Amino acid sequence: MSEISIAKTAVKGMSDGWNTLGILALGAVLYFGAPLLFNTYNLNLTAKFVCFAVAGVGIMLVWGKGGMLALGQGFYFGLGGYAMAMHMKLNDASMNGGNGVPDFMSLYGDGTVPGWWEPFRSTPFTLATIIIFPALVAAGLGFAVFKNRIKGPYFAILSQALAAAFVILLIGQQTTTGGTNGINGFRYFFGQMLGSPESTESLFHISVVLLVITMFVAYLILRSRFGEMLIAVRDSEERIRFLGSDPANFKVFAYVIAAIMAAVGGALFSPVAGIISPADVGIIPSLALLAGVAVGGRVSLFGAVIGSIAFSFAQSLLSNAFPSFWTYFQGAIFILVFGFFPGGIASGFKKLRAAFVRKGDVQIG
Amino acid sequence: MFKLAKQTYSTTSALVIRDLKVAFDKFVAVNGISFSVEPGDLRFLIGPNGAGKTTVIDAITGLVPSQGSASIGDTELLGKKVHQVTRLGVGRTFQTASIFEKLTVQQNLDIACGIHRSAFSLFRKRKFVDPRVQEALSVIGLGALSNVKAGTLAHGQKQWLEIGMLLVQDAHVLLLDEPVAGMSQDEREETGRLLQRIGKDRIVLVVEHDMDFMRSFANSATVMVRGSILTEGSVIEVQSDPRVQEVYLGPKSSEVK
Amino acid sequence: MDVIIGQIFAGLSVGSVLLLAALGLALTFGQMGIINMAHGEFLMIGAYTVFVIQMVIPDAGIALAVAIPASFLVAGTFGLLLEELLLRRLYVRPLDTLLVTFGVSLILQQLARDIFGAPAVEVRAPDWLLGSIDFFGTTFPMSRLFIIGVSLSVVALLSAVLAFTPLGRRIRAVVLNRDLAEVSGISSRSVDRLTFFIGSGVAGIAGVALTLIGSTGPTLGNSYIVDAFLIVVAGGVGKIAGSVIAAFTLGILQATVEYQTSPSIGKIVVFVVIIVFLQIRPQGIFSFKTRSLA
Repeated sequence: MSEISIAKTAVKGMSDGWNTLGILALGAVLYFGAPLLFNTYNLNLTAKFVCFAVAGVGIMLVWGKGGMLALGQGFYFGLGGYAMAMHMKLNDASMNGGNGVPDFMSLYGDGTVPGWWEPFRSTPFTLATIIIFPALVAAGLGFAVFKNRIKGPYFAILSQALAAAFVILLIGQQTTTGGTNGINGFRYFFGQMLGSPESTESLFHISVVLLVITMFVAYLILRSRFGEMLIAVRDSEERIRFLGSDPANFKVFAYVIAAIMAAVGGALFSPVAGIISPADVGIIPSLALLAGVAVGGRVSLFGAVIGSIAFSFAQSLLSNAFPSFWTYFQGAIFILVFGFFPGGIASGFKKLRAAFVRKGDVQIG
Repeated sequence: MFKLAKQTYSTTSALVIRDLKVAFDKFVAVNGISFSVEPGDLRFLIGPNGAGKTTVIDAITGLVPSQGSASIGDTELLGKKVHQVTRLGVGRTFQTASIFEKLTVQQNLDIACGIHRSAFSLFRKRKFVDPRVQEALSVIGLGALSNVKAGTLAHGQKQWLEIGMLLVQDAHVLLLDEPVAGMSQDEREETGRLLQRIGKDRIVLVVEHDMDFMRSFANSATVMVRGSILTEGSVIEVQSDPRVQEVYLGPKSSEVK
Repeated sequence: MDVIIGQIFAGLSVGSVLLLAALGLALTFGQMGIINMAHGEFLMIGAYTVFVIQMVIPDAGIALAVAIPASFLVAGTFGLLLEELLLRRLYVRPLDTLLVTFGVSLILQQLARDIFGAPAVEVRAPDWLLGSIDFFGTTFPMSRLFIIGVSLSVVALLSAVLAFTPLGRRIRAVVLNRDLAEVSGISSRSVDRLTFFIGSGVAGIAGVALTLIGSTGPTLGNSYIVDAFLIVVAGGVGKIAGSVIAAFTLGILQATVEYQTSPSIGKIVVFVVIIVFLQIRPQGIFSFKTRSLA
């Protein structure tokens, strides 16, 4: 069989080498640059944004490449965040001869730990749950929706309702979830004490590493035939059936990956932010995750990540200084980007590059 | 994403349609028709607009719900989902060629080849060219254009690419919907020869309006009018049938879209 | 026995609120396939209309009577503007339109905050709506009865318009088959505009009713929008009856579960039931093929 390299696949027109370099470069800039530029407070903020960007990679996959508008990614973000929070609280409570009962449970409840909390004392269990549980829910909802060929807008509504229902559940079960206040006051993260400049920096480093890994995973998926099929499903779903494949399978898989990525981002968010609450999980944060990706370019891996981080920065800067203006600005961005420039900023670059691409080079996506 | 369902019918079996009925609410598009097509018998399904020809193909491929039976050997096709029917070796083309415009000819064929691959191979980057792709390229005559984006092909070439994708899928039954609509005379000649080449050991059913094209290349024809079969037989028999002539307003009319 | 009646009444009450919130949405979505995430803000606009009117007309009862048609007009106009300025330019991209309308929703909420302030404002209810009736040993608050009445009246009126007026016929034609309607000489553009006007107006009326049972603030829409969407999804897009059945069934279901467990569990059960229902009937309760879910 002749080794004909059929052209580059789903990540722009660039080769593996350049993309790998790009991901590593981005990671390096963040990893080394941010601690030099920022004080502890801002570094911590940046770490939060990186967590959002991790979720954003999944959104790029499921929405940009897969065409599915998942409006409720905050739900999976929250699953990861709360799972990690539970683990940390249980560990905190057991350290230094504690009685093993998280402080807020003594405060709101009767001072006993519910049965379903217990397994989260174990690190392997917690890590496994962060990955497996969101995957199961996403698979369940995904199959329920996509196998029945339920259309996009309805999937969007259902995924949003999922996030909304989760918020209601969290608020209603105060004794076990901390209610509206959420869970906070973490003292240790995997043995390291939180709250110092050193811990902030090392958490930041961990988050960047996680982002780089997530980007590689996404890249590997996209450059494979699966990535091509996903795009084909997005653009011509019916046609895929005539190729002998059930598009639902591709969609579900992409949605599951996105759920896992959101959960991982959320899991890191808890120790980074020091708190996880319903406010990080519902409709508004879900949309914020989307917005950043969309502005940067939902179809592009780099666009999604950079856009997500940039958007978070803008939000942080502007919403505190000019809250009223920021909301109008955000609304305007939504209208402009989703209405008139759905490709985001990245599509501008794409058009620029198309002007320089040699004849015969092939681009997909 | 699983291995291609074993085509559990013998390749000498015929496609047998029995009492096929398709109704949309109160409108009956196909009124309980029966016919069969043997392998090697390049069959044209002709008739005026609205006769239900495309609907028959839609029904066989699982795109619309229907009653009755469409089977090859022991394998029943009706009641299955589109991708399942495809995996049973039934391929169809559309009136507007449904290829992936942004991909090259070769990539289009390679994607169609995916039907033979297992789920896990999806996660590897494509590395080599499946021999089926090479073969299809030469059968449809697009070997020189393999690295050209499909969107830039001429109309006729797009149709051939679509047929090529069916070949790569190892389709044993080809249902072609007006393959020469909009083609130049030369392209029609090429297409006709292509159909005869691939029709030799496959079941090929061609929906067409163009009487000249049928005259030149069909082996036999089934005539549909308003959801029912008017008559069928060899090209000469059908052509000389006065009822068919009536339907087409004269012997020399080629339908214009 | 009175527990059951109480629960059914609670369910009808919840259902009527859901129905009011969802009705306008069912209309606009059925018409144009656009999911308007600013719909909640039309509810809010209707509610604030009552507030504004009460500043001019101190008598709560008269204010309420005036507010109903007024909010219809105000909210309807906003809807019309939205449709004209934005939505009609965003042709067949329902997902992006959904997000565009979310941007609009953000802007409208912020406007409310800037004009009226962030905290909830006080909307007075007329005296005759403050009491309750005792019946079969259960207490029925007047305000809830009023809302059930309003929702049923709106449904009746809307159905009558759709069934008997020329406008209604045109709307139904366009919902059924847009192309065919166009070919028959119906300007789908003007029908779109009118439908959006009516749908948004109905939301305004819903907002008026909502002032009686909750607080009126900039985030009022957020509390109802998800439920409204779910009703539209479950009820299917085709006949109003679908939304009515969905709203009251889910209302009773939610009230019953709530009674046994808690409000949060109630909502979750409703969500799960809808998903399960969609497995059996993906297109919702009533839908025309052209606009169905699946």
